[in-house]
Amino acid sequence: MVTQMSKRKAKSRDRWNDFLQSLCFLSPSLLGVAVFFIVPFGVVVYYSLIDGVGSRSFVGLDNFTRLFQNSAFLMAGRNTLRFSVLAVPLAVVLAIVLALLLEARIPLKSQFRTFFLSPMMVPVASVVLIWQVLFNFNGTVNEFLRLFGADKIDWFQSEYSLIVVLILFLWKNLGYNMILFMAGLANIPRELLEVADVEGASEWYKFFAIKLRYLSPTVLFVTILSLINSFKVFREVYLLTGDYPYEELYMLQHFMNNTFKSLDYQKLSAAAVVMAVVMVVLIALLFKAEDWFGKDVEG
Amino acid sequence: MRKKRYFSRGVTFLLCLVFAVAFLLPTVLTITNSFMSEAEIKSNYGMIFSTTTGGYVSKTVNLKFIPDKVSFSQYITGLIKSPEYLLKYWNSILLVVPIVIFQVAVASVAAYSFTRWRGKLRSGIFFFYVILMLMPYQVTLVPNYLVSDWLGILNTRWSIILPGIFAPFSVFLLTKFMRRIPYSLIESAKVDGAGEWQIFTKICLPQCRSALYSIAILVFIDYWNMVEQPLILLQDADAQPLSVFLSSINAGEIGLAFAMATVYMIPSLLLFLHGEEYLVEGIANSGSVKG
Repeated sequence: MVTQMSKRKAKSRDRWNDFLQSLCFLSPSLLGVAVFFIVPFGVVVYYSLIDGVGSRSFVGLDNFTRLFQNSAFLMAGRNTLRFSVLAVPLAVVLAIVLALLLEARIPLKSQFRTFFLSPMMVPVASVVLIWQVLFNFNGTVNEFLRLFGADKIDWFQSEYSLIVVLILFLWKNLGYNMILFMAGLANIPRELLEVADVEGASEWYKFFAIKLRYLSPTVLFVTILSLINSFKVFREVYLLTGDYPYEELYMLQHFMNNTFKSLDYQKLSAAAVVMAVVMVVLIALLFKAEDWFGKDVEG
Repeated sequence: MRKKRYFSRGVTFLLCLVFAVAFLLPTVLTITNSFMSEAEIKSNYGMIFSTTTGGYVSKTVNLKFIPDKVSFSQYITGLIKSPEYLLKYWNSILLVVPIVIFQVAVASVAAYSFTRWRGKLRSGIFFFYVILMLMPYQVTLVPNYLVSDWLGILNTRWSIILPGIFAPFSVFLLTKFMRRIPYSLIESAKVDGAGEWQIFTKICLPQCRSALYSIAILVFIDYWNMVEQPLILLQDADAQPLSVFLSSINAGEIGLAFAMATVYMIPSLLLFLHGEEYLVEGIANSGSVKG
């Protein structure tokens, strides 16, 4: 009886110890995150609910209703959504294709890998200059098209602008995504593929029935990274086209940037909160999806 | 059968080659164009970046890889004649090096905590980190600005370095990696009487050397090319990094921009060439999103 009691006591003391130790290790990061991200985000939420920094009266969801009536915000939201819906799946699928291509026994494999990664190094300023040379109305791409008798396209000032940005995004991110998939492919148990070979399975079957299943955690990981990076492409878009680009390119980041410049903190905070909520829902869905798909290949 | 296989390999090789050339193009262009004189740059790209001063301008844009005459004039202008580029370069180093070192350090300790101890509370916090990591910069911009203002570090380097150190990105990646370390390793060390700090430094860190290195590369590249943060938090032009300054170079100095971009690329290039294997290896074991 006594020993049982003391055992239980020891156990709870262990847990308490564990908790303290884990806190020790986590605290530097947690402290910094709290000071630089969590607390100020709380303030942003507060700002989104008040009338103005001066009067500070509580107005409920007024800022949000006004935000959802703001045509610039709605357009920016639509455009951002469209871009992400196009860019993220493309970045995932094309990266898988590249990774599969490099699985073949071809010469210069590691050189190819380096080349695909090279876009990560090029400074933004240089990327922007080159994109201008390529896609300007008098630029190289149009000159090239003219050789085939095609009309010149105003790449930055038409619905094609989305394609230009899409190309930029893919060029920049495919290499790294490809590396992630190569790593994922390398983790597939060889025996499984050998058995499939012996059984005479087709390449397609091997891909969909074996490889893709094992890649599913990587697919989700790359999806999340690509989502982050699809927001980061704003940097280049901004440097290419400025505060007010062609309508199709007007992203949420433009909206927030411009709102920040005009010092409308209420509108900005409300937009930030809406964006955060959308992200939370999205990530929760992705996590659920991983639970769903990853079940049978865990371990 | 064998012939068919060779054929498909040939096609694969060609496909890779086409992709590789397209991917490499901007890097090569940046480097080769940096060896052109301003006159040559102007005659090539004058159509696009209309400059008012005279000189020959080609009617059509002229994307050239090999300069007519190799000229170091851009480098001389940028590196010797005007000290401001080197000054900005130094600013970049002052901003990015502390961020990389301390972000990885803080993150490795935090990742150990997320790896070693699980539980409802901790997985909740981890989920929170993932959310924070995913927030576009424009969402964290206002919070960042506010905190810098309160702490009185607005317009100093610290307004960029401190939030950079605590960015949750590397915590996430490192946690993914550490969770792959066999639990038996940690258990046996514990049986042998090692304390948590010892397990962390003697077992965990050596096990994820390549991950640490690959994360350092990623963080470096991300911050080396930052533009938005300094524009808003560091309005003193003398303290801004070269990445911002390069982006604001005006149309008359395209050649100079290419030359300075090339110089700016050198650290990333060295890190890559030295660490590509780590980059691949470090990622190979990072596994799933949730872990």
